[in-house]
Amino acid sequence: MISASHLSKSFGSTLAVNDVSFEVTRGEVLGFLGPNGAGKTTTMRILTCYHPADSGTATIAGFDVLENPLEVRKLIGYLPENNPLYMDMGIVDYLEFIAKVRNILPSKRKEKIKHVIELCGLREELGKDIGELSKGFRQRVGLAQALIHDPDILILDEPTIGLDPTQIIEIRELIKRIGKEKTIIFCSHILPEVSATCDRIIIIHQGEIVGSGTPEEMASKGKGGETIYITIRGPLQEVQAKLQTMEKVKEFKKIGEKEDGLTQFEIKSDIGIDLSEELFFLVAQNGWSLTELRKETANLENIFLQLTTKEG
Amino acid sequence: MRNILTIFQKEFKSYFNSPIAYIFIITFLLFSSWLFFRTFFLIGQAQLRALFGILPWIFFILAPAITMRAWAEEKKLGTMEVLMTLPLKDYEAVIGKFLASFIFVIIALFLTFPLPLTIYILGNPDTGTIIGGYLGACLMGGAYLAIGLFISSLTKNQIVAFIISIVTCFALLIIGEDIVLMSTPSIVIPIFTYLGLGAHFESISRGVIDSRDLIYYFSVIGFFLFLNTLAIESRKWK
Repeated sequence: MISASHLSKSFGSTLAVNDVSFEVTRGEVLGFLGPNGAGKTTTMRILTCYHPADSGTATIAGFDVLENPLEVRKLIGYLPENNPLYMDMGIVDYLEFIAKVRNILPSKRKEKIKHVIELCGLREELGKDIGELSKGFRQRVGLAQALIHDPDILILDEPTIGLDPTQIIEIRELIKRIGKEKTIIFCSHILPEVSATCDRIIIIHQGEIVGSGTPEEMASKGKGGETIYITIRGPLQEVQAKLQTMEKVKEFKKIGEKEDGLTQFEIKSDIGIDLSEELFFLVAQNGWSLTELRKETANLENIFLQLTTKEG
Repeated sequence: MRNILTIFQKEFKSYFNSPIAYIFIITFLLFSSWLFFRTFFLIGQAQLRALFGILPWIFFILAPAITMRAWAEEKKLGTMEVLMTLPLKDYEAVIGKFLASFIFVIIALFLTFPLPLTIYILGNPDTGTIIGGYLGACLMGGAYLAIGLFISSLTKNQIVAFIISIVTCFALLIIGEDIVLMSTPSIVIPIFTYLGLGAHFESISRGVIDSRDLIYYFSVIGFFLFLNTLAIESRKWK
């Protein structure tokens, strides 16, 4: 559905996007994740034909963004970064304007506008000008604008920025609902958001793709294994010796010691191996006691930090 | 064509959504009426010369006031990105915006109808000069608007757009004036006279509708709308 290959674009001497390639298949929700200024918006603007790439090509449903920009734009519903809106227009006026430019037949216009108003929950604020709306409602107007022509492809650039938690959940739900039928690219710098809504994630940093996969794949890839934190009360030498002999333990490290004989270890094993039960029995059989046994599910946050900080 | 109409409607409505339209029309009517009647009863002639004589000087300030927000605001709000990712061509947006401001100015001019009405009641004026005067005023307004729109597309700041537009319009207005021509080398005098916005307006408002004057105005409008389209497209330049 969407295919980008070797996209690069620079502004002056800053390389905003560097050799970015990816594919999005029909019906997929792709999370485009990266810190602010990573090149997300620039990439989205290339896909929506706002500005061209310096090199590389992108096609949307077979249409090249440079050769057929009007066809591409017809297929895409786009919510730009910061959701720009005409503040002095009424909600219905604005949607009508978009519907007209989107070439929706006059006979269907009313129905379509009504549909997006219901879908985005705008009914209660209908009489107001956009400038009078709260941020959450403005965001919905932006979404309604992007959805009005029932596009196959939806590109949302940070759709939940600046919203309160309830509104964020509402928008996420909406995206999930819409995402069942549509191809969506969803840009964000907020991790939980992306892992909750997307089928696949691409992490971009300083204009380059640094990682991609499903949220689960990403989670296991990042840490390169499972980690367990355990705190044991027992003779230190003996405990260390026993841990050494355990085959499945890839690596262990003493990370803390308290005066009353409590020692905390960090134990690493390969992906998919759960050591918690074995560790429990080890402690039980030796008559030591256990005050903490915590599995760390390698979360996206860590991967994200690993991938986006050079040292990681 | 359909897109031009859509942009036109939106822009035209937006004038009346904000106080700009009303302030503009009221100011324009107050100025033009007052300046007209100030000398009208003194001269005692049934003609609109007084009105058309001052129009170039009212317009070069008021036209930039209409056009200053056209693109600058789109850029500032970021709505440019919405507009330019909709399925429409850049030039359609440019022409739509121009037509909206143009029709607006025509309406403002139309609202001066009490002035010719007064003259017709009081005397027997030359209809040719009145029609010519209004036609000239529309064309001159169009030229000012095209310049203003182009300059608005170069900046995010409405005030900058306003002032630079005034300066540009003023420059184009005075290069045809005698006081400037007196101090310019004689070779460029014909060029300056031709380029000056004022002289063409004067000849049309005398009731002489010469194709050279029409071509002049249409070229100025066309040229600046073309520059405007280029400025909008410049985001795509590498």
